[in-house]
Amino acid sequence: MTAALIFLALLMGAVVWWLVRQTINVKPWVASAPQGAQLGAGLLPPSKLALGVLLAVITSLFALFISAYSIRMELADWRPLPEPGLLWVNTAILFVGSVGLQWAWRAAARENRRSLKHGLALGGLCAAAFMVGQLAAWRELTASGYLVAGNPANSFFYVLTGMHALHLLGGLAALARTVGHLQSGALSKARTGVELCAVYWHFLFVVWLVLFGLMLST
Amino acid sequence: MAQVAHDAVTDADLGPFEVEDVELYHPKTFIGKYIWSQDAKVIAIQYGVTAIGIGLVALALSILMRLQLGWPDTFSLIDPANYLQFVTMHGMIMVIYLLTALFLGGFGNYLIPLMCGARDMVFPYVNMISYWVYLAAVLILVASFFVPGGPTGAGWTLYPPQAVVGGTPGTGAGIILMLISLCVFIVGFTMGGLNYVVTVLQARTRGMTLMRLPLTVWGIFMATVLALLAFPALFVSCIMMILDSLIGTSFFMPAMMAEGQQTAYDGGSPILFQHLFWFFGHPEVYIVALPAFGIVSDVLSTHARKNIFGYRMMVWAIVAIGALSFIVWAHHMYVSGMNPYFGFFFATTTLIIAVPTAIKVYNWVLTLWRGNIQLTVPMLFAIGFIFTFINGGLTGLFLGNVTVDLPLSDTYFVVAHFHMVMAVSPVLVVFGAIYHWYPKITGKMLDDTLGKVHFWMTFLGTYAIYYPMHYLGFEGMPRRYYAYGTDTAFMSQSAHVLNEAISIAAILVAIAQVVFLYNAVRSLTKGKEAGPNPWNATTLEWQTPHTPPKHGNFDELPSVYRWAYDYGVPGAEQDFIPQNVPSEELAAARAKGEGGQGEGGAGG
Repeated sequence: MTAALIFLALLMGAVVWWLVRQTINVKPWVASAPQGAQLGAGLLPPSKLALGVLLAVITSLFALFISAYSIRMELADWRPLPEPGLLWVNTAILFVGSVGLQWAWRAAARENRRSLKHGLALGGLCAAAFMVGQLAAWRELTASGYLVAGNPANSFFYVLTGMHALHLLGGLAALARTVGHLQSGALSKARTGVELCAVYWHFLFVVWLVLFGLMLST
Repeated sequence: MAQVAHDAVTDADLGPFEVEDVELYHPKTFIGKYIWSQDAKVIAIQYGVTAIGIGLVALALSILMRLQLGWPDTFSLIDPANYLQFVTMHGMIMVIYLLTALFLGGFGNYLIPLMCGARDMVFPYVNMISYWVYLAAVLILVASFFVPGGPTGAGWTLYPPQAVVGGTPGTGAGIILMLISLCVFIVGFTMGGLNYVVTVLQARTRGMTLMRLPLTVWGIFMATVLALLAFPALFVSCIMMILDSLIGTSFFMPAMMAEGQQTAYDGGSPILFQHLFWFFGHPEVYIVALPAFGIVSDVLSTHARKNIFGYRMMVWAIVAIGALSFIVWAHHMYVSGMNPYFGFFFATTTLIIAVPTAIKVYNWVLTLWRGNIQLTVPMLFAIGFIFTFINGGLTGLFLGNVTVDLPLSDTYFVVAHFHMVMAVSPVLVVFGAIYHWYPKITGKMLDDTLGKVHFWMTFLGTYAIYYPMHYLGFEGMPRRYYAYGTDTAFMSQSAHVLNEAISIAAILVAIAQVVFLYNAVRSLTKGKEAGPNPWNATTLEWQTPHTPPKHGNFDELPSVYRWAYDYGVPGAEQDFIPQNVPSEELAAARAKGEGGQGEGGAGG
């Protein structure tokens, strides 16, 4: 449970620190006029904060999977499986997708519709290609006899890659919605969407790097 | 004793209203208004009704269990397999589908926007989806009653290997549906939880600083943070167990014989499941308890006409309990065999978490001290909660220590402990909260006499149920047994008599809930008109222009000038000042009166 604990300790530490800073030296029983917006004007807009919270939840999910992985790995029947070389290609594709969305984000900031479209297309296509690549890696493994139930190492490989792909699929849905907003006109409305998608793509790329690194090293 | 600052302020001194008014969704049809509703208040009622509905099923199951335990071999419809299924479904429904959903989905949805001074949740559409996903989870759960083999009988902890292999009831479709239902629940909850957290952080009205939030909001907020981070552990274990069960992976399943045959499983670790389950399971206790803590603080303060004692300490205690709740989980697993240093660590953290909890209890009692206590029905439930929670909490100190836990593990002492601390206590708060907020939700008062009958039957009845169970536990009566025969021959005759008495008490308590339901339904039409603020409460939900509040909650978003606990204020026109009343009005009222230095308002 170390991975999950470290993550949660950091997160809870941050939450507690933030809350204590907000609440220490405050005298709640003193009545006074409101001073400005209490929305924490410096804070993020709701959709960005919501994405932040969602990413914390997803990180918790993967940290727990990784904890389970490292506990199960210690048991006697664990036989590491050879990761298909294709995964390196997939990693590169996912990276390019992330770059694509970063490009789209910057294009949206500069109101450059053409670059924005290209960036979004690159991000979306790369994500789709990544998933196809993962599927091909699954097939390669199954073909060479590494079945899901064969060994816990195999099981974890399929579960972790599957979970990651599911999250990417959700991201694609969000991306499609953003593209929809873009088609129907307002760039300003779509801009936040592009930004959120870009952050999500970077996040899933990092998650993938961690998972891939974990599986390579064990 | 700090002094209330009475700086005269008019609205003209304030800057423009920086809180942006949100675009509200406007339902046009009956279905849009009440079925596919995006109004948090309607969603709250949908959550509440669904949760109470499925909770009644769980209540019925507990009565069936008590019939078997009180009068063994009298009721032929309860066989050993059924009994285990009842135990399992009763536990799971009560903890997850009733209490979690009701506190966060129900009270959270109703109270967060109103108490924060917001028009609605920040993502109303996601909020609506959250409810429908929750309903789907409930329906999947209910479906497991009707599949071949019935629902799972593995106990609410769903421990492998017995949850998966033959011999346990419901290892076919039953366990799969249970696991899927939990996963669906978690997805739905995450949508709702995002809303609650972001609304509390971003949609508070002008002047509503974090430290002016009512403790109800603090409790629900922290519980939501816990749930968002802890439910993934349950999700992970459910996914892996589904795979173990369906396609024969060995995440949790060891090599074993089942029903005389070697299974295909090999090398898995049931202990891994226990770690994951309790990594969720212990925070879950506080997911249920923290909203109760928050709500009970507000009810006590309002009905004792006195400010909450130690507001800041209450907030920090909630935060500390939340943070600590992640590092105590293995105290549920002492008997699984662990490194003694581990046991020592978890026993220590468990005892440490008693410190912030005890601070809260002291503060509740000190809030009552020399208060102007109104023994209204919500107040009775709130005071009942303090008693019950202290009792349940103290037995927790016994079970938190490894050496005491080992002999008591899996006995009725444990059943008594957790029912007192996380079943009866939160449920008393749920009732207190319903009696407290029903007038705002419906515009009608609940009947007082029926309410008092309900309270005394429930309060005394639950004591009659769970007090004797401590004794049964000391005697070694094991839990989750269908019948107590030759293998529990050490049990005295009095234990069996007690079991009968407990069953009678349980039936009486169940009847009391019928009284409550009758009251709740009858008062919808026949109840006394409540008016906007029947309890003279300070928080914003009582200051809405309409009762029940209309869609959008307020005509104009209120400005907040003070905390939620200005009760019994010397010099005030009434004995309370609502959060949205500025100081100058107070000053004017005082000038009219004595005009002296009688200002007060005790510091936290």
